[in-house]
Amino acid sequence: MTGRPPAPLHAVGPIDLDIRPGEFFAVVGPSGCGKSTLLELIAGLTPATEGRIEFEGAPVAGEAPDGIGVVFQEDASLAWLDVAGNVAFGLRRSALTAEERQRRVRDALKLVGLSDFATSYPAQLSGGMRQRVCIARTLVMQPRLILLDEPFGALDQQTRLLMGDELLRLWRETAATVFLITHALDEATMLADRIGVMSARPGRIIDVVETGWPRERDSRIVERAEFGNITARLWHTLRAESMKSIRS
Amino acid sequence: MSKVAWYRAAVIAGVVALLEALCLAGVIDKITMPAPHVIARDLWRMLVSGRMNAAIAKTLGNTVLALGLALGVGIIAAALLHRARAVRDTLDPLFATYYAVPVFAFYPFFIVVFGLGDLPQILIAFMLGVVAVIVNTLNGLDRVPNVLLKTARILRLSPADTALRMTLPYAGPYVLTGVKLAVAYAFIGVIGSEFIMSRGGIGYEISFAYANFDNATMYPLIVLILLASVAVNGLLGVWEQRLLARRGLR
Amino acid sequence: MSARFAGLRNGLTLVVGLLLLWQILYLWTGDVALASPLATFRYTARLFATESFGAQVYETLRAFSIAYAISVVMGLGIGFWLGFDRLSGDALEPMIVSVYAIPKLTLYPILLLAFGLGLAAKVAFGVIHGVIPIILFTLAAVHNTKPILVKTGRVLRLSRWQMIRWILFPAAIPEIFTGLRVGFALTLIGSLLAEMFASQRGLGYLLMNGIGLHNVELIMSVTLVIVVFAATVSVVLLHIDRRLHGRV
Repeated sequence: MTGRPPAPLHAVGPIDLDIRPGEFFAVVGPSGCGKSTLLELIAGLTPATEGRIEFEGAPVAGEAPDGIGVVFQEDASLAWLDVAGNVAFGLRRSALTAEERQRRVRDALKLVGLSDFATSYPAQLSGGMRQRVCIARTLVMQPRLILLDEPFGALDQQTRLLMGDELLRLWRETAATVFLITHALDEATMLADRIGVMSARPGRIIDVVETGWPRERDSRIVERAEFGNITARLWHTLRAESMKSIRS
Repeated sequence: MSKVAWYRAAVIAGVVALLEALCLAGVIDKITMPAPHVIARDLWRMLVSGRMNAAIAKTLGNTVLALGLALGVGIIAAALLHRARAVRDTLDPLFATYYAVPVFAFYPFFIVVFGLGDLPQILIAFMLGVVAVIVNTLNGLDRVPNVLLKTARILRLSPADTALRMTLPYAGPYVLTGVKLAVAYAFIGVIGSEFIMSRGGIGYEISFAYANFDNATMYPLIVLILLASVAVNGLLGVWEQRLLARRGLR
Repeated sequence: MSARFAGLRNGLTLVVGLLLLWQILYLWTGDVALASPLATFRYTARLFATESFGAQVYETLRAFSIAYAISVVMGLGIGFWLGFDRLSGDALEPMIVSVYAIPKLTLYPILLLAFGLGLAAKVAFGVIHGVIPIILFTLAAVHNTKPILVKTGRVLRLSRWQMIRWILFPAAIPEIFTGLRVGFALTLIGSLLAEMFASQRGLGYLLMNGIGLHNVELIMSVTLVIVVFAATVSVVLLHIDRRLHGRV
């Protein structure tokens, strides 16, 4: 895809990016560089002023395409529905039978480990669990591309690492393509096959780092020597950009 | 029973006991106020005889009408205003100062225009309640987080679906606050207007009884209104608490 | 600066809009029901020129001021008590909220019987209307005191009195002021209602007099005076209220 969103101030771009099917792609960058804008462009939430975005061969513009799921940083769980209701909410527009729907909801809850909480309300759950409800709601639609905008930003560090393990497992089990935005370098390094580094605003991709990790991985990858090297490389590139961002 | 419940029971019992004692001792004379047990007895007799049924029905009917109007117009107006920023900003000072203005001051004007029927009362009650509904509904609509609206678009919900399944449920508790206020105001508006000038209804009956030194009718009616008002408000409050508790807001 | 200008412009637009509405209604209903804005203004000017009108205004203001003063003292006193005494506060607050919803006009005959016709009854009526919001807001202000403020006071080794004077009270002022503002409006309403029918003096009495004599201009003039007074003071208080809240 290539693109620039509409804004008197250029928020992002120019960007030229190809995401391979089935890969886990992470984007890191200084705050305000336009990472979220990039995600919203891909999701069809924001139209691009220049350039083209394509998903599965068809252009993306104005409307969220079928087959894309998004998990946001803020809590998007619906307080007035129980967990099962929340997850089922994603299937409202689909032409499935009631049985099919129930089955998918059950499967999604099992995938994220919330089967025991189907009748609980979000208010009774922790932040991490609520985020899992949102993930389940996304998974229930069986998307081919999953976009995550700093999904673990509101959680504490330990929970983040464990959720990272969860996310990797879900990625393998659903065989979806995953596009994750994060400001945490270690998180990107641990989770991704490739990491795009964005510059300060207007954000461009100034580096793409291949981690070369095996598909079967979890948080223990942090113990490997290459982990430190990759993170160091990311920071090396980002440090100057971050200082620009702070000054502006 | 919890400590708090005991406390409340004690306060109520204490006040009633005090009044009873003062009345029996003659400190409060019969012309000013009958003893509580006499009021209770008269209330019972009045309800059983059914002679106030017409008045009660009239007051209740007008209150429900005014409430329905306030809710219907209020919620729709709020939904429209929420999208029309300029109009909303212009009306904002009106909403902010609305409840400082004695709305009852317009009652004479309504009587002159519409005559001494039910319409002036309903209008006053409506005017009292509608702004509370608008302000609180707007507040609820304002608070719908952007992330939920984005989610609605990702899930490809139609605008109507988004409004009905995302916005309205989210804003529900805030709308309910407006509803509570509207119920109270509708009641106040109708009964107050009946009291000031009217041809029927409970407010009128109280005014009539007062003019005729009929304590046996007046006090039971007042107590009836107090009980009804507290009961309805209490029930709405309990419903509100349940709703909020489920969402972890209280 | 532009925000203030926008506020002023909105206010003026509103006033002009209302005047237009008034004029249109007048044209629609005719002299029998309404007086035009111009006629009303003229009549009001004439009213103010008469000596007796001044006396009526004074009467209303007198009853109102006494009622408000009592409301403030009682409201603050009870509010602080219930705020600090948790048991009493928790027990009585819902009951006071219930009183808020009662049509207090129905208590009027009782007050008349207790206080007789005249000033005392008017004051009593104003007080039962106005004291309630002051109690509730003061109570809430005390309850909503941020614990961090108390901790700060203790770390600074302040005495109880110093803490209240320098930290707790200033922090509570915005919310207490809101209560005083709402109390002002309600006390005014209460004393006006009391005047409307069992007083031989005051603006409320004039209003009912106007109805009795079917003197449309009188009705409209008095209504205008009341509305302008209430709205003006309310706007001023609101302005102060917003600035107090912006400060915190």
